[in-house]
Amino acid sequence: MAKGEIVAGCLAPHPPHLVYAENPSQNEPVAEGGWEQLRWGYERLRESLKDVDYDAIVVLSPHWQTYIGTHFLGLENFQSLSVDPIFPNLFRYHYDMNVDVELAKQIHDKAQDAGLAVKMMTNPDFRVDYGTITTGHMFRPEWDKPLVVISSNRSRAYYSVEVMQEMMMELGRVTREAIFESGKKVVVLASNSLSHRHFTTESKIPEDMSKEHITSHAMHLWDMRMIDYMKSGQCQRLIDEMPEFTEQAIAETDGGAFTWLLSTLEVPDYPAILHGYGTIIGTGNAIVEWPVYQHKGE
Amino acid sequence: MSGGEIVESFVVPVHPHTVLAPQQNEGWAKLRAAYDEAADIITNSGADLLIIYSTTWPSIIGHQIISDPNPEWVMVDHDFHDLGSINYSFNIDAEFAAMWNTENHSRGLQSRCVNYRGFPIDVGSVVALTLLNPDNKIPAVIVSSNVYADRSETTVLAKSCRDLVKKTGRKAVAITAMSLSNRMFTEHIEAKDDRIHSLKDDEWNRKILEFLKEGRLEDVGQLSRTIQQQIRVQKVVNFKPMWWLSAMNENRNDLTGEVLAYEAIHGAGCAVVHLNPTPSGAGDKEYDEDEVEVFSGERGVLDNIVSIEAEKTPTASDSGPELWDPTNAEGSVNTDAAPKPVGAYPHARRVGDLLYLSGVGPRQPGTNAIPGGPIHDGEGKSLDYDIKAQTHAVIDNISRILEEAGSSIDNVLDVTSFLIDMDRDFKGYNEVWAETLGKVGPTRTTLAIRALPTPIAVEMKVIAKV
Ligand SMILES: [Fe+2]
Repeated sequence: MAKGEIVAGCLAPHPPHLVYAENPSQNEPVAEGGWEQLRWGYERLRESLKDVDYDAIVVLSPHWQTYIGTHFLGLENFQSLSVDPIFPNLFRYHYDMNVDVELAKQIHDKAQDAGLAVKMMTNPDFRVDYGTITTGHMFRPEWDKPLVVISSNRSRAYYSVEVMQEMMMELGRVTREAIFESGKKVVVLASNSLSHRHFTTESKIPEDMSKEHITSHAMHLWDMRMIDYMKSGQCQRLIDEMPEFTEQAIAETDGGAFTWLLSTLEVPDYPAILHGYGTIIGTGNAIVEWPVYQHKGE
Repeated sequence: MSGGEIVESFVVPVHPHTVLAPQQNEGWAKLRAAYDEAADIITNSGADLLIIYSTTWPSIIGHQIISDPNPEWVMVDHDFHDLGSINYSFNIDAEFAAMWNTENHSRGLQSRCVNYRGFPIDVGSVVALTLLNPDNKIPAVIVSSNVYADRSETTVLAKSCRDLVKKTGRKAVAITAMSLSNRMFTEHIEAKDDRIHSLKDDEWNRKILEFLKEGRLEDVGQLSRTIQQQIRVQKVVNFKPMWWLSAMNENRNDLTGEVLAYEAIHGAGCAVVHLNPTPSGAGDKEYDEDEVEVFSGERGVLDNIVSIEAEKTPTASDSGPELWDPTNAEGSVNTDAAPKPVGAYPHARRVGDLLYLSGVGPRQPGTNAIPGGPIHDGEGKSLDYDIKAQTHAVIDNISRILEEAGSSIDNVLDVTSFLIDMDRDFKGYNEVWAETLGKVGPTRTTLAIRALPTPIAVEMKVIAKV
């Protein structure tokens, strides 16, 4: 069997507002638009990868929160209605997604061998979290590639960002190895925002763009600093500053997805492509691609 | 109508083990038995409403209240999915939910009702309602726990609920779905090996339970921040449920408490605690913070300029006329539950079976705040205001005066309404009317006038029968 490969890795945030503003047929609420900069960012990301061939998408979302280790979706198909518990007015999405259970199990087994607490999720009534669904939809609305869905182990809440990072570096390493051994071509996605201080009010028309801005200048500075590191290929600095960033920008990197992504990609030292940045109810969101396929053999 | 009250309160655990696997562990079985005992206490209390504050339903945009009259779905826990699924179909008091939401707005809180098919009701609420209300006999309401809320916001949320319980004459049970220490084992453990995660967590839990057993609920509320630091994994910003429960019980420290069970679920401290309002004789308490009635904290991030203006907005007493004590001629009806007069007159006067009310505006008793905001500031500069909130507040005030006179809103015969801006406000005023007095059916005359004595947009003059 040919060696598997990671063709690309992306930071692919999941605010349900993006799905709402786009008005796909699967979503019940209807908007008159909004958050276009980010939706254009996703368009550019999809365009950038349209000729890149891959078999599966591996995603880690901070909204499947597990306190007892890391869990993996373990059934072939999930379909149901996903209603966002925080923004039910915006996101009620009918999903139908396939899971690459084989690859999920391979990552699970390797993680177990490495001493991480893991579990396969095989309850057919389980509702997939809206983070995974939003990222899945924005990244590939056709839903024609199977996914591996990994939960967010809340070790940050239990210990510290440092401990979380160690565990996610390890999970990233075994994810990479399992992908290589699987013989499959895979895209890996971290589904998280950057700075994550929300507004606590919502405008009358949620998509009213005259009301949208970053919650504070400090949040903006942090986001720009992290994006600079991404654009200039300094991912080790991202890792090094992650604890400070996570705490000061209340960043959604606390869910571990971003650290896991960078580890899966072996902490890239080449520039990432920034496809878009924008705020959603005050939180900072970047759509970023690490085009591994362009850096093969380097 | 007699005033409503909180007839019982409970602290209950959130994890699904008590529903799905009580037989697997002796402690879980004890918690389940305690849950069943709590259900019996509720049945015997004659309660007609269950109010759940759930710590496993976080919200960001203020608080959310379930208002789907019959939410149905299948709940699977994010961690304990291998224990199975819980099918639910609940009986929700949608009307109470809607009124609570309105009440929250009038106290400066951000809040909204949630009524969407398939909304994922959180594990804590599903477990609590499944076990405490097994055949759905008693309607319930469920409120979220806001991730950013601190004590004042959580307290005001409870006060607006408690007021409504009183106003609507309900016999309500207040329930917090929560863990004490919430640190779980981070690895799989066998059911038989379950225990409280650490000695330190266990000691703190026992201390909390000792307080609750003595009915010292407000003391636990005042220790909330310490508890959060000592035995809480920082999932959310604060340990809030005790603030809510204490405020639901008028911040009392002399309730009658009883610990029905205390056990571990996957390491977390889980207890079923029963609190009854009968005074236990315990008592003194230390107040370390303000008694808040209206939330005026940071809720306007979306539009800073407006919120700063709103904070500076003078109340009617700053910019309006002097307030008077009501007069007391024969047949006068006066109450502290209505705003003070702006001249020498009573709130109402009774002649035979009829009650004549003085003009009633939306000002709030005590604070003199104007729900929906004043129409202009102290310098006379126009401000944006919400006519519907003002109209609701007028009708609430009328209702309180009539209740003081032994009558009720259902007995209103004739209303003369005064609007200061007919073009702008008639529609909103008329909508609120249709939902409220319109259903009672009094005759009505609506007039446009140049101004009212305080910076309000609507006033009503009412005649009712006793
Ligand atoms: Fe999120």
